[in-house]
Amino acid sequence: MKGHPLHKYFRALPTAFCPGCGNGLVAGAILRALEKAGTDFQKTVFVSGIGCAAWIPSPHFLADSLHVAHGRAIPTALGVKLRRPELTVIVVGGDGDLAGIGGNHLLHAARRNADLLVVMVNNLVYAMTGGQVGPTTPKDLPTPTTPYGNPERPLDVARVVAAAGANYVARWTTAHLGELEKALVKALKKEGFRFVEVVSQCPARVGGRLAMTPVEAMRWLRARAKVVGQAGPEDLEVGEFANRENPGLLQALKGVGRG
Amino acid sequence: MSSKEKRFWSGNIALAEGALAAGVDFYAGYPITPSSEIMEHMARELPKRGGVFLQAEDEIASIFMLIGASWADAKPMTATSGPGFSLMQEGLGIAVMTETPLLVVDVMRVGPGTGQASKAAQGDLLQARWGRHGDQIIPVFAPSSAQDCFDLAIFAVNTAEKLRTPVILLSDELLAHTWEAVEVLKEVERAERRRPAGKEPPFGSEDPRLPPPMPRLGEGHAVLVTGSTHDPWGFRYTSDPEVHRALVHRLWEKIWLNKEELARFEAVDLEEAEVGIVAYGSVARSALAARKILSGKVRVGILILKTLWPLPEEPIRELARAAKIILVPEMNLGQLVWDVERIAGGSAKVVPFSKVGGGVPIYPEELAQKVLEVWG
Repeated sequence: MKGHPLHKYFRALPTAFCPGCGNGLVAGAILRALEKAGTDFQKTVFVSGIGCAAWIPSPHFLADSLHVAHGRAIPTALGVKLRRPELTVIVVGGDGDLAGIGGNHLLHAARRNADLLVVMVNNLVYAMTGGQVGPTTPKDLPTPTTPYGNPERPLDVARVVAAAGANYVARWTTAHLGELEKALVKALKKEGFRFVEVVSQCPARVGGRLAMTPVEAMRWLRARAKVVGQAGPEDLEVGEFANRENPGLLQALKGVGRG
Repeated sequence: MSSKEKRFWSGNIALAEGALAAGVDFYAGYPITPSSEIMEHMARELPKRGGVFLQAEDEIASIFMLIGASWADAKPMTATSGPGFSLMQEGLGIAVMTETPLLVVDVMRVGPGTGQASKAAQGDLLQARWGRHGDQIIPVFAPSSAQDCFDLAIFAVNTAEKLRTPVILLSDELLAHTWEAVEVLKEVERAERRRPAGKEPPFGSEDPRLPPPMPRLGEGHAVLVTGSTHDPWGFRYTSDPEVHRALVHRLWEKIWLNKEELARFEAVDLEEAEVGIVAYGSVARSALAARKILSGKVRVGILILKTLWPLPEEPIRELARAAKIILVPEMNLGQLVWDVERIAGGSAKVVPFSKVGGGVPIYPEELAQKVLEVWG
C-alpha cells in the first residue's frame, strides 16, 4: 500500500470495510477527482454522519473531518461552508443516512443550492446495522426487517434532488469508475449544490442474500445500468440528471442586509 | 462619557443584544413561539455586522449548523422553545462529545407536547440538565430580568468559549416579552477559545479543569472530530472501556471542577431568614415582591439562582442553616425542589409550591399567602 499513489491521503489503514465492499472504490474515485480538479486537500473538509459510507473520510482521510450524528452531515457541512466559504466542503454518506433520516436536510440543501458536494453511496440497505430495508431498497427484496420481501417502492434520490433545484446531479455505480471520477471532477468545479450518487455492492448484507460475489454484483450493476434517456423501467438509470449554472446559496446571501 | 448606556428592551431583545455584544457572529434557527423575536433580531442585525444568519429547515438542522460553524471558528447561537429544544437534544449530545462551543437559548413555554405555545412555564429545567442520553453535563443559566438576559447571554457565550462546551440559557415567556430598562456596558468581556500551540491533542488535556485546545478547520491540522468515543487525537474506540471512561470523566470534570466560577446567584438576607425562598426565572421577581408584602410579619430570605447546573450548593446550605422552612416556587410540578431538599439535608423543611398552565404567573400575593401558611 505504501507505494500506492493515493497513500499520502490516508491517515488510517487498513480500512474498516468488509472484503469486496464498494467503499474503497468510492474513496479512490473521490481522491483521484480531487487531484484532477486541483482541489487543495488542506483546504478540504469532509463531513459524514453514521453508516458504512460515513467511514470513508473519517478516520481514513488525512484531512479535516467531522463525523457527526446519523443524518446530520449536511447541516453540519453547511455550517462550515457558511462560515468559511473558501473551504471545499464534501459530505460522504450512505442512502439511509442522507436520504432516510437526513432526507429533509438533503431536500432543503438542494432547494437552497447550498455550496456543498454530497457523495451518496447507495448500497440499497442499512448495512451497518445488519442490512435492514431502507428508502432505496428495491421492491420485494427480503431484508431482516422485511423477511417476506420489501412491500414498498424505493425513492429515486437523484431525480428528487434534481427536481429540488441542485446545480449538478449524477448517478453512476462502482462498475463505472471512469464516469464516476469525471462526474466528481465536474461537480468539484461547480458552485451550488452538487450530488453524486454511487450505486454500490454490499457483499455482506445484500450480496450474501442474493448469492452474488462482489464481482458478480459489479457485473450485474454494469449490465443493468443504462444512461438517461435509454433506460427502461426495469433498468438502473445512470448519467447526469441536472447540470445547471444557477447561483449557489453563498452567492444569494451576498449583499443581504448591506444595501 | 459614561461607560454605560440605558436601553429599553424586552427580555428576548436584551438576550440577543447580549449575545451580539459577546461576539456571537452566527445564528441558525427555526421560528417558534415565544422565542422568535430573538431570531428576528438576529436576522436584522447579523448581516449588517458581517455575521451569518440562516433560517434552517428544522431545529435539528439548526443545532448541527451551529456545530459546523463553531468548528469553522464562529461563535454560534440559536434560540428555541420546548418542542424545538427536544429536537436539539441530539445535537447537544454531539456538541458535548465533540467539545463544541455554542449557545442554545430555550424560552420556556407550557408543555409537554405542543402544550400552550404562547404561555410561560418552567418545565424544561430537568430536560436542560438530563435531556441527552449518556453521562454528560452542560452548564445551564437562567435570567430573571431583562438585565439578566443581557448579562447572562454574555456570560453564557464566554463560558462556552472558555470551557469549550455547549451552554444552555433557560428563559421563559414572561421574561421574553416583558420590557424593562437595561444597563449596557460599552465594553464587555469577550473570551476566546484556546488554540493549539504546535502539535497538541485537540481532545486531551493534562489539567482536568482546562479544555483541550480547539484547532480551526482549513489550517492543515487534519483534525479528526467525532461524536463517538475517541482518544485525545480523535481516533474512534468503539469498544475500549478505558478510553470511554477517561473521556466521559474528563468531559464531566471540565465543567464540574469549574462550578465555583460558573455559580451565579443573588442572595437577599439569607442569614436572618425565618423562611427562605429559592427561585429562578420570572418567579424570582414575585419572590422579591412577596418579601415586601411580608415585611414586619415574617423575615424572608431569598436566593435567586441564575446558574441552574451545576447548582451553587453553598448558598442553599447557608439558607437552610438559618431558615426553618424553605419554599421553592416553580412554574412546574416541582423540579428544582428535589435538589433543594437534597442540599438542605434536613436542616430546613423544604416545601414545593407549584403552578402550571396558561402562563399565569405565581403572583406575589399568593406566594406571600403560602409563606404565612407554611410559617403557621
